[in-house]
This record gives sequence, C-alpha cells and structure tokens, in this order.
Amino acid sequence: MSLNIIVLAKQVPDTRNVGKDAMKEDGTINRAALPAIFNPEDLNALEQALRIKDAHPGSTVTMLTMGLPRASEIIREAIYRGADKGVVLTDRVLGGADTLATSYSLAQAVKKMENADIILGGRQAIDGDTAQVGPQIAEKLGVPQVTYAEEIMAVADGHVTVKRRLEHGVETVKAPMPCVVTVTGSADECRPRNAQRVMRFKYAASPTELNALDPQQAERAQSRCPGIIQEWNAEFVEADPQQIGFPGSPTKVKSIENVVFTAKESRRLDNDDAQIEELIKELIANHTIG
Amino acid sequence: MANFYTDNPDLKHHLSHPLMQKIVALKERDYTEAQTYDHAPYNFDDAMDNYDKVLEIVGEICGTTIAENAEDVDHQGPRVENGRVIYADGTQKNLDACRKAGLMGMAMPRRLGGLNFPITPYIMAADIVSRADTGFENLWGLQDCAETIYEFASEEQKQKYIPRVCAGETMSMDLTEPDAGSDLQSVMLKATEQPDGTWRLNGVKRFITNGDSDIHLVLARSEDGTKDGRGLSMFIYDKRDGGVDVRRIENKMGIKGSPTCELVYKNAKAELCGSRRMGLIKYVMALMNGARLGIAAQSVGVSELAYREALAYAKDRKQFGKAIIEFPAVYEMLATMKAKLDASRSLLYETARYVDLYKTYDDIAKERSLTPDERKEAKHYSKLADACTPLAKGLGSEYCNQNAYDCIQVHGGSGFMKDYACERLYRDARITSIYEGTTQLQVVAAIRHVTTGTYLQLIESYQAMLAETEVKPELLPVIENLKEMTARYTAAVTAVTEVKDAAFGDFMARRLVEMAGNVIMSYLLVLDAQRNDSFTHSAIVYNKIAQAVVASHSDFIANFKPGQIEDYKAC
Repeated sequence: MSLNIIVLAKQVPDTRNVGKDAMKEDGTINRAALPAIFNPEDLNALEQALRIKDAHPGSTVTMLTMGLPRASEIIREAIYRGADKGVVLTDRVLGGADTLATSYSLAQAVKKMENADIILGGRQAIDGDTAQVGPQIAEKLGVPQVTYAEEIMAVADGHVTVKRRLEHGVETVKAPMPCVVTVTGSADECRPRNAQRVMRFKYAASPTELNALDPQQAERAQSRCPGIIQEWNAEFVEADPQQIGFPGSPTKVKSIENVVFTAKESRRLDNDDAQIEELIKELIANHTIG
Repeated sequence: MANFYTDNPDLKHHLSHPLMQKIVALKERDYTEAQTYDHAPYNFDDAMDNYDKVLEIVGEICGTTIAENAEDVDHQGPRVENGRVIYADGTQKNLDACRKAGLMGMAMPRRLGGLNFPITPYIMAADIVSRADTGFENLWGLQDCAETIYEFASEEQKQKYIPRVCAGETMSMDLTEPDAGSDLQSVMLKATEQPDGTWRLNGVKRFITNGDSDIHLVLARSEDGTKDGRGLSMFIYDKRDGGVDVRRIENKMGIKGSPTCELVYKNAKAELCGSRRMGLIKYVMALMNGARLGIAAQSVGVSELAYREALAYAKDRKQFGKAIIEFPAVYEMLATMKAKLDASRSLLYETARYVDLYKTYDDIAKERSLTPDERKEAKHYSKLADACTPLAKGLGSEYCNQNAYDCIQVHGGSGFMKDYACERLYRDARITSIYEGTTQLQVVAAIRHVTTGTYLQLIESYQAMLAETEVKPELLPVIENLKEMTARYTAAVTAVTEVKDAAFGDFMARRLVEMAGNVIMSYLLVLDAQRNDSFTHSAIVYNKIAQAVVASHSDFIANFKPGQIEDYKAC
C-alpha cells in the first residue's frame, strides 16, 4: 500500500537562542536577528512520515510550507532527511495571516495536492505557540484530527493508529484516513540528513532560487532534481482573497508589553495537612490547577 | 546545538590543504563519474563542498547524539547473551544515526554503494567521532576493513560484501589469539578447505574488537604443518552463515562501549580472501596500516576533547581570586596540550594525504597502466605513507595520553572524581598507544625510515618548500631552530649507526624516531602557520617542546657508551 503523506512545516526564527536584539522597539519579533530554522516539532512530524514511508515502500512524502520564498531551505532540509518533494506556498497577499487565514491557505494547498492520505504536522510552531493551525486545517478539509501524537503505530485498512501523549498518560486512538495528525515534541527525534541525499539534492532549487543561479548551476539543478521544490501562489490554490493575509485575519495585535515576572518561584510549607489544603484551595482559586 | 565539525575551524584548514586538488581529481577520475551518479561531484569545488556538507552531518551527530550518549555507554557497556553481543543502548542509537546518515563505507567506490570519499575527509570524520566517544570510533571505524576486501578480494566478494558494509553492517578483524598478540606469526586458528572450495574455521580468537560483527576478516592457518606467517591466509566469515560464538567480553579499563570479544569458531564456514599464504605478509599489513591511521585519528580526537575540557575548566575555575588559566603553570599546560594536539593533527592529515595519493594510484592501476611519472609518484607517496603512519600513530597516541593526563591535572582534585569527562577520557586514551601495534612496535616500523633517510628527505622537502616562499617574520627563529635540530638529528643517527650493533640500534631507536617525528611535526606547524595565522602560537610553542626533546635525546645518545646497555639488562 503506497500512501500520499503531506508534512506541514514552518520556517521559524530560532526563539530558543534569543539574544538582546530579538525584539524590535515595537515589541514584534526582529526576524533578521534570529536564525531561521526548521520548526522543531515539524521535524518530529517528518520522522513519523518517513517511518510510514519506510514501512510502506512506494509512499510519497511531500512537504508543504507557507512563508517567504526562502522557506525552500527547510524543504531542502526535509529532502536531505528523506522527503521526496515539497511546495512553498508563497505570495505577498498571504502575508500577515493569523492562524485562521493560515489554515485556510494551507487547506487550499492540500486540496490542490489531491489524494492526501495523511497530513502530518508539528503540534505547534515555536514562534507563535498556538497549536491551532493543524486542527483548523482538519476542520476546513472536513477530516478527522489526532493531536498530541507521539507515535504513529500502524497504518492499515484505511486507518491510522496513533499513540497520543496527554498530561496524565497515553491514549491510543484509531482514525480513518484521510486525517490530520499533529505530532508533539516528545516523539522520536528526526533522523539525520543522509550524506548521499545531501550530495544529490543540494542542487534542488525552487523557481525563485533557480532564477538567481548562474546558467551552469541552473542546468545542474534541472538535470539532477528538476521541479522537486515548487512555488504556489494564492491564485494557484484558488484562495478567496477575503480569507487570506490581512483581510482574512480577524486577530489583531493591539499592543505588546514587556512583562517582568516578579512572583517568587517557591514557597516553603510546613509538613502539615492544613497548610497543604490551604495551598490547594489557593491554586484552584487562581486556576493554576483544576 | 553543538556541531563538532563547524565548531573547530582547524579541521577545515586541514581539509583545504593545497594537495587536495590533486587527490580529489585522481579520486574522482577527473570528475567523470558526475555523468553516471547523481551524487558525484562535477568539479573540485563541488567535491569539497560535498565533503564539507557531509562532515557537517558527522559533526552534528557527534555533537548531539554520540557525545550525549558517551557517559551512559561508558557506564552501561555491552553484554553477551547466548553467544551474541548486545550493545549498550546508546551505542545502538549511535549506530542507527550513522547508518541513517549514510556514514558507513564512506571511502568505498560509488558502484559498491559508498561515497567515494578520499581517506583525508574520512579520517577527519574519525577524528570528530573520537572526540564525541572514543570507544564508538572503534565500531564506526571498522568500516576500514571493507578497504581490505576492496583491495584484495574477488569481484564477486566485493559485490557481495561491500554494499552491505555501506548499508550499515559492521565489521571486525579477527587477528589476535591467546598466544598471538604482537606476534601474529603464531596464529593457530585452523582453516580447512572443503571439496566445494569453501573453508571451515576452528579455534579461538581473543581481544577481538566488535567480535560479533556482521562480516569478519579472519587470519587463520590454512597450510597444515606450518608454523610461521607464510602459512596464514585471510578469510571472510559471514555472520549469516553462523558458526562463531562470543564466549565472553572483556572487562576493560576504557573504551568500555566497544565490545572486546573472545570468539569460538566451531566449523564456521568461511571464504578465502585473496591468495593463500598472503594473509599475514600482505593483507594484514595493509589492513594494519589503515587501522593505524584510524588510531592516529582516534588519538587526535581524544587530544581535542582533552584540550577543550581542560581549557573550559581553567577558564571557569577560580582560585586566589582569579581564573586558574591566568597562572603561568596552568596556561603553560594548556598551551602545551594545544601544541601537541595541533602537531599530531597536522601529521595525521599529512599522512592521510600520502595514503590517499598512493592508494588512488594503486586503484587507477587496476583500470589502466600508469604512466612512468605516475608510477614514480605512486612509489614516492607509498614510501612516505609507510614512513608517516607509524609516526602519526606512535607519537599521536603518546600525545593523547599526555593530554589526557594534563587534562586531569588542570582539573585538580575534581578531575580525579567521576564527575568530569576527563576521567573517562583518561581511561579511553590509554589503549591508543597499545592496540594496532604498541608504540614500541611503531618504532620498529619507523626505524628503517630513519636509517634509509626517508624522514630526512621529507624534512629537506619542507625546508625546500619554505625556502621558496616568503616566511612570516615571527616564524624565522623557528626555522633557524629547526635547521639546528635537523643537524642534531642527523648527528644522532650517525652516532647510533656507526656503532654497528643491532641491540644498541634497537635500544636507541625510539629516541631517533621521536627526534625525526618532532622535527617533522614542527615543520608541518610552520607550514600551517604560513597558511593560517591561527597556528602561529602553536608553531612557536611546539617548536620549544620539540627543541627540548631533540636536545635531550641528542645528549642522551652522545653521552651513552654502548657497553652501558648491560646496566639496563641487569634489571
């Protein structure tokens, strides 16, 4: 059984290595000061996709990302690790999208791909931390969604069996395909880049990159890995202009402020039930637990 | 995330040595494979870019997975169950990562599934892996054995085994036996030919690194009634055929993740590799030279980690109101460690380049006859590789032990505790000057290049190289010293050879080999500093060390009366 697997990925600023220039004066992210990386949980999702491919030879893993043309970098990175090809959904009119507009745009692109059996993605991106895009795509496509996936245990008889990592344990669920699965960071790490693939696919170039290459390099790109990184725009995916970019995004950032945490991280209690009970009540009251 | 390749610019310096142009062009047969293989380079820059990118993968896996697993692997170690080795969990993860990254069979040709890397970038990967986990370098580095199959086995055997190695199956070289360690002529494992042309092996091997590997190269006695090296042949044993069990694994001082096995052969089916009787005299010698270069790389990796650990601690640790690195006694130790590290690394890659050149010519000679000039060059580089390999292994492994010792010394009392990596490093380092031939045996291999003048010719070639270029002013005093050191070396060689006494020659051999090695490494660092300012300090510091060693050995020899050997014998 060969499957069509789509992996949603995002190129994000590396918020784990934040320096003093990470924020601009107005409180927005200074993308220029942070290296752009493959969103970590999307790599976990890619590993799950590649394992399905290992178990079902002949399957295809297609990357899908929305962003600037340079997001082709993460597609190449995914191809080095075993993905077959990828699409950068890139268009000025898609810029400024919130999760609603983003999921709409990506769902439109997924529809263009046809016959997707499994759509995988990371649980959330480290720049926004919303975890909304995956589930919203599932809703827009009208397919089931499995979130917090830690392992795709089996793909058989038109169903995926998924182990979910929840706060208090694990849950195993089965969902009919096609479906969307979002993978959590506790899943196995992605396999490394493969030496032979790197030497071959370093030539893979998106149309934008191809234009910037000298003729000899472009010819090599065309002969070794033609067309494996595509660029699609809003028109191509038949996106409604009102549902994308700024017009399609009801979320508006009103203001951003710097918050300095002042609360102490620890408090000392004596070893008696009354004090512990008091604390539990307090934590329930301020919604820390419960 | 740590990357052990990109965080160390010295590696790129060595990778971009001018001689690489020639090595890569030969290895890639003038880049003709680009038409056949979609991952073959189009030209020199493309090839170098490939090496760079692949070493970046090596560096990433080493800086994350392998280095992070090293401590657990050291604690857990492998075990034996039902005659089979089970690796430590971390070792298994490391192997999986290397397999998925396609880092097995790196130097094998593309047609057999390899990456067709020259030895130089392959050895660089070994250097990096060893820094991450010295014991794991053994398992990964045993892919070297495929080289022996490639050089000497039949085409059918190459087709059968090498793609499996490239796909990630591990190898071992089964040489040592309880009564045949340094003296491999005494190997007793019995090989008996069958009517169908296959062989059966019976006997015991001991101290076999990764002895439960998938594909074994086995040295065995094929000629009944013989007692010396001429009765030994090389065999390939395929674990899929069965017949070899692991009786036990050794409890070692260091490299604990690397299983050292005692093997029992019970009528194990095997194939002859190459010609009968050539096992020891030809194939093991070739295998050994490759393995020695691997240990030289392993030693440099240990030195690198020792220096880094010591440096980090010395900057961090404060005593008497300041970081201890500010005290002359401590910064001298660190500068010495760095100088020894840099010196042994320069010699390592110099050797790797010579090996690359002669081996590639040998390989080309299988496709077409070499021109007279090429034949001459091949012979020249073969001699230099033969001369430099025991130096790189012998002196590099001694330096890595000295660096591991000093690494603990910089840590003071903390270094003696199990809390710091230097403790593991110290144990891991110890084997490098023992296996694949002790330092004393490296001296035996090297001494004829002292007496026949190979080292002196090499030194003179460096002198000539420097005479043709404008030397940086700060290096001029070093060059003056080197000329004087060379004179003391040649005088010492004359003094020893004039005695015409074999025992006396053997007695002094290590001193002469060390003098040659010190002068050569000091020249190499000057050449490095000419290309790259970052080596200037090391070039100067190392020259100080080397000058003192040469003076000491020279004095020892000059003041020694041949009859005084008797005083040593009296022990």
